[in-house]
Amino acid sequence: MFRGKWCAAALAAAVFPAYAQDAATREEIKQLKQRVEELDKRVQDAENAATQAQAQASSRAQSESAMNPAVSVILNGIYANLKQNPDTFRINGFVPTMGDVAPPPRGISLGESELAFAANVDHLFRGTLVASISPDDSSVDVEEAYIQTLALSHGFTVKAGRFFSAVGYQNQIHAHAWDFTDAPLVMKAFLGGQLHEDAVQVKWVAPTDLYFDVGTELGRGLAFPAAPASKDGASSVNVFTHLGGDVGSSIAWQTGLSYYETKPTDRSYDDPLNGITNSFTGTSRLWALSGVLKWAPNGNNTVNNLKLQAEYFQRKEDGDLTFDPTGAALTDGYASKQSGWYAQAVYQFMPAWRVGYRFDQLDSGTATIGLIDSGAVTAADLPILAEYKPKRHTAMVDWSPSEFSRVRLQFARDYSRMGEPDNQVFLQYIVSLGAHGAHTF
Amino acid sequence: MRWLFLSSAIVFYSASASAALNIFACEPEWAALAQELGGDKVSTVSATTAFQDPHHIEARPSLIARMRSAELVVCSGSELEIGWLPLLLTQSGNGRVQPGSPGYLEASQYVVKLEVPRVVDRSMGDVHPGGNPHIQTDPRNIGKVAAVLAQRLAQLDGANAATYRSRAEAFDKRWKEAIARWEQQAARLKGVPLVEHHKGFTYLVSWLGMREVGDLEPKPGIPPTTSHLAELVEQMRQAPAKMIIYSSYDDPKAAQFLTQRTGIPSVMLPFTVGGSDRAKDLFGYFDDLIARLLAPLQ
Repeated sequence: MFRGKWCAAALAAAVFPAYAQDAATREEIKQLKQRVEELDKRVQDAENAATQAQAQASSRAQSESAMNPAVSVILNGIYANLKQNPDTFRINGFVPTMGDVAPPPRGISLGESELAFAANVDHLFRGTLVASISPDDSSVDVEEAYIQTLALSHGFTVKAGRFFSAVGYQNQIHAHAWDFTDAPLVMKAFLGGQLHEDAVQVKWVAPTDLYFDVGTELGRGLAFPAAPASKDGASSVNVFTHLGGDVGSSIAWQTGLSYYETKPTDRSYDDPLNGITNSFTGTSRLWALSGVLKWAPNGNNTVNNLKLQAEYFQRKEDGDLTFDPTGAALTDGYASKQSGWYAQAVYQFMPAWRVGYRFDQLDSGTATIGLIDSGAVTAADLPILAEYKPKRHTAMVDWSPSEFSRVRLQFARDYSRMGEPDNQVFLQYIVSLGAHGAHTF
Repeated sequence: MRWLFLSSAIVFYSASASAALNIFACEPEWAALAQELGGDKVSTVSATTAFQDPHHIEARPSLIARMRSAELVVCSGSELEIGWLPLLLTQSGNGRVQPGSPGYLEASQYVVKLEVPRVVDRSMGDVHPGGNPHIQTDPRNIGKVAAVLAQRLAQLDGANAATYRSRAEAFDKRWKEAIARWEQQAARLKGVPLVEHHKGFTYLVSWLGMREVGDLEPKPGIPPTTSHLAELVEQMRQAPAKMIIYSSYDDPKAAQFLTQRTGIPSVMLPFTVGGSDRAKDLFGYFDDLIARLLAPLQ
């Protein structure tokens, strides 16, 4: 500003040196100086106005669209190279969940596209909708659609609608944020892939330095392990608790325990090995224990970081099994105690690059099947229930040039099918467009 | 029943234990400022440190636990914490600090932001539609936020309103004197060209009238690439900068690489309070910033 003034004055003085003595010229210089001062003031005013305008512009534009919810789109595509035909996928020893658990089709295919909307409804509620568009039959599924309280205070939040149940850890995380292409075997075998419920959830966070929460979910029993029941009360109940904290500034951890109970009626499944449909009526109880530990030097995860994650599931089912309800329709008692676990580690060894390894194992245990014990049917009539211990090794490397894109290469040796190990190679991209979503721990 | 007693006992215990106003600051500078203004009437905790990238913070259980008992949340805003703060707010079940309530303060709303993009597109990198959020590197911004924060403290904790007001006045006086001192010390930095790692010190550069001639990040939030660094080396050959600055949370490798290739000194600057031994409080922070910037000119 001042520099400008002096330059102009100096220029004026330089241009008219010969007349420096002349009174008239001195008057001219005075006028010029005055002009410069005026200009200077105008520039200052303009700058002030610009500053003000900028301040106004930086607070959001006031228009109807300013209230639009945050919109984001997840796109993903995959190339799969599989030794076994994915149509024959099964997990031996476990009741088929009839869910979406098979590997993606061979070759190049489009994954489910996800469309998410979220916004505060008002000062009391927040609403979220996540719809997934299936590439094959162009159907739109409601993955999550819920409201959540904002202002209850005292650590309480209530969530209502459809959402991923708080069973274990990974079940609540959207597939695009998973560290591996596919779900752990425990989720495939016990939750039919990923368990969402039409439910009401109440959660309370304790006012302690160590993170502690307890909560419960009362649900409709939308899908496996429940079976749709027509009743007024809740068809599924889940109770959960989490404990978490930090160790120094580099380590953060969380553990969780949940118990899910449902009483399915006529929950039917098709045995993939002989095509016969059977059904189960009884009680299904599922315990899930989970632990997550994240490490980053000084809590700065930009260059290096490590994530360890493990979950253990145990399910007890007790009730009646009906063999071929539309044909032979033989019914007798059924009891099983099955379990499984996985552990995985993902390490970012340089910015944008991560490697990971996961080990899965399931134990079908020995089911007590009344129909076989009484000789009404033979074990060969219920082939999928034969005792087996599936396992899987998975390794992956992924590259994330920004927060919004990721390309992943994954290899797996999968022993889910008895006697037919599968080699799986996946090359996958996942990108997110639009609003910047926040990811849970 | 016993459970109920236990939990209510915990509630009352924690309520009586924290008579001071509980402040959750997203970044250390706001915790330090609240401490200056509140003294022993407030208890502050910062969610991040000067060694962490505030864009990339895990929404850890410990942070939810702290958010749960907060009575005032002070954050930079302008989408800086968008990847984690919304989760802490919704998960904590704390109605006192939700956006729109007196218990929520976004510092960047009260200053004039720089680098407000006219066009926003992710191909430009991780740009903030509301403008550059790293406002803490200009002390005049701190002064503006101090006034707002003091008012807010007085509003939330009426019993101690007089204390907050008098502390704010005293701070304002000391702060203005300090700014005059820093500006005098830094007069030589006017017009000095520098290369920045991330656009983290834009406000500092603008305050001191320095000239930013390049960034190590090819685009905001995108880690430095070898091809981009090679371009910078070439650029520095033709028009060398006086220094390369990077923050306490940046990976120093890229800056060191450029220093090796060009001989231009690289300078680590504390990103905020706590980022160096001298930056113990806000005054020490700016003392240290100026001293570190002047060092290569000696």
